[in-house]
Amino acid sequence: MINKQISSVEEAVANIHDGATVMIGGFGEAGSPIELIHALIDQGAKNLTVVNNNTGSGHVGLAALIENRRVAKMICSFPKSANSLVFPDLYTKGEIELELVPQGTLAERIRAGGAGVPAFYTATSVGTPLAEGKEVRNIKGRDYVLEYGLTADFALIKCLKADRYGNLIYNKTARNFAPVMAMAADVTIVQTKEFVQAGDLDPEIVATPGIFVDQIITVADPLLESVLVNAGEVYP
Amino acid sequence: MSEVEQIGWNREQMAERAAQDIPNGAYVNLGIGIPEKVVRYVPAGREVIYHTENGLLGMGDAPEAGQEDPELINAGKKLVTAIAGAAYFHHADSFSMIRGGHIDICVLGAMQVGENGDLANWSTGNPDAIPAVGGAMDLVAGVKTIRVITQHVTNKGYPKLVSACTFPLTGAGVVSRIYTDLAVIDVTPEGFKVVELAPGVDFEYVQERTGCDLIAA
Repeated sequence: MINKQISSVEEAVANIHDGATVMIGGFGEAGSPIELIHALIDQGAKNLTVVNNNTGSGHVGLAALIENRRVAKMICSFPKSANSLVFPDLYTKGEIELELVPQGTLAERIRAGGAGVPAFYTATSVGTPLAEGKEVRNIKGRDYVLEYGLTADFALIKCLKADRYGNLIYNKTARNFAPVMAMAADVTIVQTKEFVQAGDLDPEIVATPGIFVDQIITVADPLLESVLVNAGEVYP
Repeated sequence: MSEVEQIGWNREQMAERAAQDIPNGAYVNLGIGIPEKVVRYVPAGREVIYHTENGLLGMGDAPEAGQEDPELINAGKKLVTAIAGAAYFHHADSFSMIRGGHIDICVLGAMQVGENGDLANWSTGNPDAIPAVGGAMDLVAGVKTIRVITQHVTNKGYPKLVSACTFPLTGAGVVSRIYTDLAVIDVTPEGFKVVELAPGVDFEYVQERTGCDLIAA
C-alpha cells in the first residue's frame, strides 16, 4: 500500500546533504514550512543553496537557517523585507551569495524545471541590469531574455490537507510557490496541518497531485513566523 | 508664520484621479504605496477585479478585527480578504496572468520615468544596497497598460520625470500615463504631454519641476 506519511520532522529532513539545493515554499510567512526548516537547522546540513521568494524575518525559520550559516547562496526575488535583518547583514559582509531573480521569472524557472523544460525566453528584465550577460533573442519583433529552468534536490513545503498518496490542498495565499516547487524537486517533503483519508479530497480541487510528493509529516498546529518574530524568539 | 500651503493634488487625490481611468470590468494589479489607495476611489457603478501576484484574483479590503488570516495577504504582505467569487492559484499561474498579457492595468510607484516611457522603480544602483526586485519587472513587461503614480519631484526637489533615467531600469518604454501631485501626463512618441493640470497649477510651474521639455495639451 502506498503511504507517504512519515513519523517525524527529523526523519523528513534526515537525508538533506551538505551542498544540497533546497526549495522552500512560502511568501513571507504565508506557506512557510517553519517546523521543517527548524528540523533542518537541527539536522545540521550546510553549504546549502536555498530557493525562496524572500530571506525570512526575525531570527526564526528561514532567517534562522541563514543566521546559523547553513546557506551559502540564496536564489530569491526580494531579499529585504520588513524584519529581514539576517540576510542583509551577511550579504553586506560578503558572506552569502545572492542570485536575484524577478519574481515571475523565478516562478517560471521553477515551473519549467519541474516540467522538463530546460530553458525559455521571457520579456521580463529585457533592457535592465538583470538581463546583462544573458542571451537575448528577437522573436516576432520583440526582444526576450533566455532563462534556465530551476530544479532542486529537495523541496520543503506546507499545505492544509494531504492524503496518503500525497494529494494536497493549500490555505489561501499560502499556496504561492509550493505547487511548482513540488514539481521541481527530486524529493518533496510536505508538512500538512491535517492528514485525511484517500477519497476525502475531491479530485476536482486537488491543487498538487500526489505524483509530485514524496514524504508527508503532520504538523497539526504549526508555529506562525510573525508570532515568533513579535515575541523576539531566536531559533534554536 | 504662514501655514504651509498645499500645491496640487495630495496623495488621496492622486489615487482618486487615477481611479477615474480604470474602466468597468478591468483586471488590475496595484503596486505598494499610493497605488494601493486607488481601490478606495473606483467610481460607483464600476466593478474592478484586483489581482495580487502572490496568488489571488478578487482581492478585497483589509479584514475586520477577528477575521484576519496570516496566510491571506497581498504582495506587500499586508492582511487582506477575498471577495465572493475570488480565486486562489499558485505563483506560476499568477505570473502567467501577468506575463501572458491577461492583466489589463497595473498602477505602480516610480523613482524615475524617462520621456520615452522607461521606468526605474527598484534600485538606485548604489553598490552597497541590497538589491530587491520582486515582481516589478514581470508586471511592466507583461501587463497591457502600465501607469505610474508618483510625486512630481523627489523629497530633495529633484525631477522624477526626466529625459533619460539614471537609475537602473525596471523596464524600457513601458509607461503610458503618469499621475503626479501636479498633473496627469501621457508618454507620447514626441515626449511627455500634459493632459490635465491639478487645480491652481499652471504649465510653467510643472515645466520648471520636470527634467525635460513638456508638451502642452
